[in-house]
Amino acid sequence: MTALAGRVSREARNGLLLVSPTLTYALLLLAAPLALVVLLSFWTQDFLEIHRDLTFENYRVAWTEPIYRALMLRSLKISALVTVFTVILAFPIAYFISFHVPTKRKPLWLFLITIPFWTSYLIRIFLWKVILGFNGVVNGSLVGLGLIDEPLSFILYNQNAVVLTLSHAWVPFAILPIYVALERIDRSLLEAAEDLGDGPVRRFLRVTLPLAMPGVLAAALIVFIPTIGDYVTPRLVGGPNGLMIANMIELQFKKANNAPLGAALAISAMVIVSAISIVFLWLNRRYLAGRGG
Amino acid sequence: MRTVGKLTWLHVYLVVFLVFLYAPAVLLPVFAFNSSRVVAFPLSGFTFDWFRLLLDTEPLFDATRNSLIIAVITAVFATILGTFAARASTRYRFPWKKGVMGFVMLPLVLPEIIVGVSLLVVILQLGLNLSLWSIILGHVLICTPFCIAILSASFQGLDRSYEEASHDLGRSHFATFMLITLPLVAPGIIASLLVSFTISLDEFIIAFFLSGTDATLPVYIWGLVRFPQRLPSLMALGTILLVVSLCLLVAAEYVRRLGARRTGTEASGGFL
Amino acid sequence: MSEPIIRMTGIEKAFGDVRALKGVSMEVRVGEFFSLLGPSGCGKTTLLRVIAGFEEPTDGNILIGGRPMDGVPANRRPTNMVFQNYAVFPHMTVAENVEYGLRVRIKDRNERQRQVDDALAMVGLEGFGARHSHELSGGQRQRVALARALVLKPTVLLLDEPLSALDKKLREQMQSELRHLQRAVGITFILVTHDQEEALTMSDRVAVMFEGDIAQLASPQDLYRRPVDRRVAGFIGVMNFIDVRVLGAVPGGVEVDVAGLGRVVVPAEQAPGGTEGPIVAGIRPEMLTVLFDDSDVAARVTEGEIDEVQYFGDMTYYDVKIDGIGKPVTLAMRNTAGRRVLQPGDRARIGWGPDSVLLLR
Ligand SMILES: Nc1ncnc2c1ncn2[C@@H]1O[C@H](COP(=O)(O)OP(=O)(O)OP(=O)(O)O)[C@@H](O)[C@H]1O
Ligand SMILES: [Mg+2]
Repeated sequence: MTALAGRVSREARNGLLLVSPTLTYALLLLAAPLALVVLLSFWTQDFLEIHRDLTFENYRVAWTEPIYRALMLRSLKISALVTVFTVILAFPIAYFISFHVPTKRKPLWLFLITIPFWTSYLIRIFLWKVILGFNGVVNGSLVGLGLIDEPLSFILYNQNAVVLTLSHAWVPFAILPIYVALERIDRSLLEAAEDLGDGPVRRFLRVTLPLAMPGVLAAALIVFIPTIGDYVTPRLVGGPNGLMIANMIELQFKKANNAPLGAALAISAMVIVSAISIVFLWLNRRYLAGRGG
Repeated sequence: MRTVGKLTWLHVYLVVFLVFLYAPAVLLPVFAFNSSRVVAFPLSGFTFDWFRLLLDTEPLFDATRNSLIIAVITAVFATILGTFAARASTRYRFPWKKGVMGFVMLPLVLPEIIVGVSLLVVILQLGLNLSLWSIILGHVLICTPFCIAILSASFQGLDRSYEEASHDLGRSHFATFMLITLPLVAPGIIASLLVSFTISLDEFIIAFFLSGTDATLPVYIWGLVRFPQRLPSLMALGTILLVVSLCLLVAAEYVRRLGARRTGTEASGGFL
Repeated sequence: MSEPIIRMTGIEKAFGDVRALKGVSMEVRVGEFFSLLGPSGCGKTTLLRVIAGFEEPTDGNILIGGRPMDGVPANRRPTNMVFQNYAVFPHMTVAENVEYGLRVRIKDRNERQRQVDDALAMVGLEGFGARHSHELSGGQRQRVALARALVLKPTVLLLDEPLSALDKKLREQMQSELRHLQRAVGITFILVTHDQEEALTMSDRVAVMFEGDIAQLASPQDLYRRPVDRRVAGFIGVMNFIDVRVLGAVPGGVEVDVAGLGRVVVPAEQAPGGTEGPIVAGIRPEMLTVLFDDSDVAARVTEGEIDEVQYFGDMTYYDVKIDGIGKPVTLAMRNTAGRRVLQPGDRARIGWGPDSVLLLR
């Protein structure tokens, strides 16, 4: 029995040793800095001077001042909209690649989906401004076709534009996990469902969708969490009413010289997003468990 | 009959989606060669001027050089760190493995602004100066999870008996790793280098927070976006970047296929 | 007898809760062709990997050539392995594969080259040195794996189901080649297989494993003729199991009452596992004969009805229904000149004798 303990711990030791450089790096450059940000969020700053007495003042401001509240809620709303919109956009594509493309050509299709993302991120967002603009591609075409008389103004410099642009940026990241989940579905299950008398729609709702749920969930989280921190898209296409919390964080850290408030905003955003994600994961687990039982 | 109908719907959607997906990428070269000073329709004429203008832009070259330095160093470090972690997670059982791996993969879902802010705070609190190195530190952090994901797939696909055979034939663990493991996962390593290089080259938010006086290419582009008269040359720059990344991608894929053909392994995977 | 080349005592191996090896003790003799035979999952591969040094036993110890192997890593053991999938390095040529292990041992390039050529010639792969693994057939790949291991002149060569990936024809050819090769080089071979025919035809001795332990270690003949228990008897060849009642010991053996056949005195050596506890009678198909006419004689005779006939050309297998025996009994007849083949439904006289019957626990 001692030999067993010795052997297992040797493997464990080697594994830990091997992972330690990466772990150390992440501890030093992620965990420690995050801890410092948490600490900072309890400090205060007036102009360039930092006061190191711990206080909840920043959080009080972050959670009660209308401007920050509004910004936070708007960010959450936009992130949620982007998530829903992106997953809805992505699902049929993932479904198509998984179920209608011959196996040999699947990698090619996945490649096709990712090509547009080799354009520079900033320039890509800027191009959406061009596409959606007052004299942009969409308005130009619609006026040219005689479908509208006046260029549409509700498509740029507002939240719609932010949602659209962000969805475009994140859609491949949503397609991939859904595709992977669909690929994992045992095709004989679908045949079995059909055999048992399910029509295509029922079969999709009763077999395909539940089995694809883990992929959909992964896609949703992969989109939702980082989107809340997006800074560039709101700045470029959001207009004054499309700004998000990240823009405010940046403002506090740079121009407003109130890093502690910026830190409190950042921590608040992260805590809210994590809480939502955890609830989401928990609901999904219950849903899957309910179906399994 | 019904299947055909469903398929057609899917096809219609597919076309709409591809138009949506490709719209920016297609418009980019269109405006890069458009002679008008305004980036908008209608188009006016064909010109190379915007490309020529780029050649005279000194700061652009500095920014490009900075970005390349950062991207190369980031790619190397992130791939090395990724190799350690991927190897550990595919070959060893160790305590708290899930937690450890989850933690090092965390930057994958963390908003970049959080990474940028927290590193900024540390650097300022330590009284250090912002430099290219501060950006590299942040980029290695966010690229490593991608490298781990790519390399884990490679290590997982590597049949363990090759390494055991090498060991069995009298070679040390180190020789086995250098002579057998590395050559066989080379496609994964190339993919890892390429992906982290590209992510770093294109990363804006962390670079924006952590760049001192030396701008990276995206930071420089960010500065341009606000000057309408510079926009056409921005389109030209974007076109060049797109072509370069596509060439890189095709070249890497070619190398991978060559390797796959030489070893006769199934040409699967690739750069997704 | 000379000192065994491998001596194992009380080898235990646990993977978490799974006990893959449960105290295996055995010895392998110098220069013999030794097989590990057993059903899937019984621990053959694990035992081989313990010998090779890929798995550290949870308990027990191994001596190879008299040297204890505790803590000796695979690359310092005098063993080499031929893997089930051959593990021929895909990014190296055949010659580079064979040279791989030699490179640290022999510094002189020409000498190395000569040994590589010799090894390739030995396995019949002259002129294949420049090829890559994907340009070889399964059989050729296996020869590369063999050459690569044998060129290092190991004390023991370990082979993990090396033939299972080959088609039947090639497998039979490789079986005899392996046997010849082993005689020629004189190295101890330990072969893992789940194919009993392979084990019987190739080996000097066979260890039959069940559930992590060795049930019997014997020569192929002893294994076939004197299996120690029901499991071994059923695993090696075909065996009819018939209910039996022990009546008592008599001089020279045990008197038993075999269901459907009657009383008989079975010699003691035909009860290798003893007669304590529940036992069963085992009769090999070739130990029963059909008596075609009065000139055919047997010690004991019974009657039966042919139920099914399987004709193999040289042999015919009959399933015969005998009163008092639940399942039809299988018997085998050589199709010698002039002997006819019976049809289902025919009645036949079946001959047997005391030496037909094994008593098995
Ligand atoms: N690395 C491992 N981790 C956990 N369990 C293992 C491992 N290797 C083997 N086992 C278990 O140990 C037992 C013996 O496995 P082993 O591979 O030795 O069987 P085998 O006799 O070679 O079977 P086969 O004929 O199918 O190859 C099996 O129950 C198997 O599931
Ligand atoms: Mg096995």
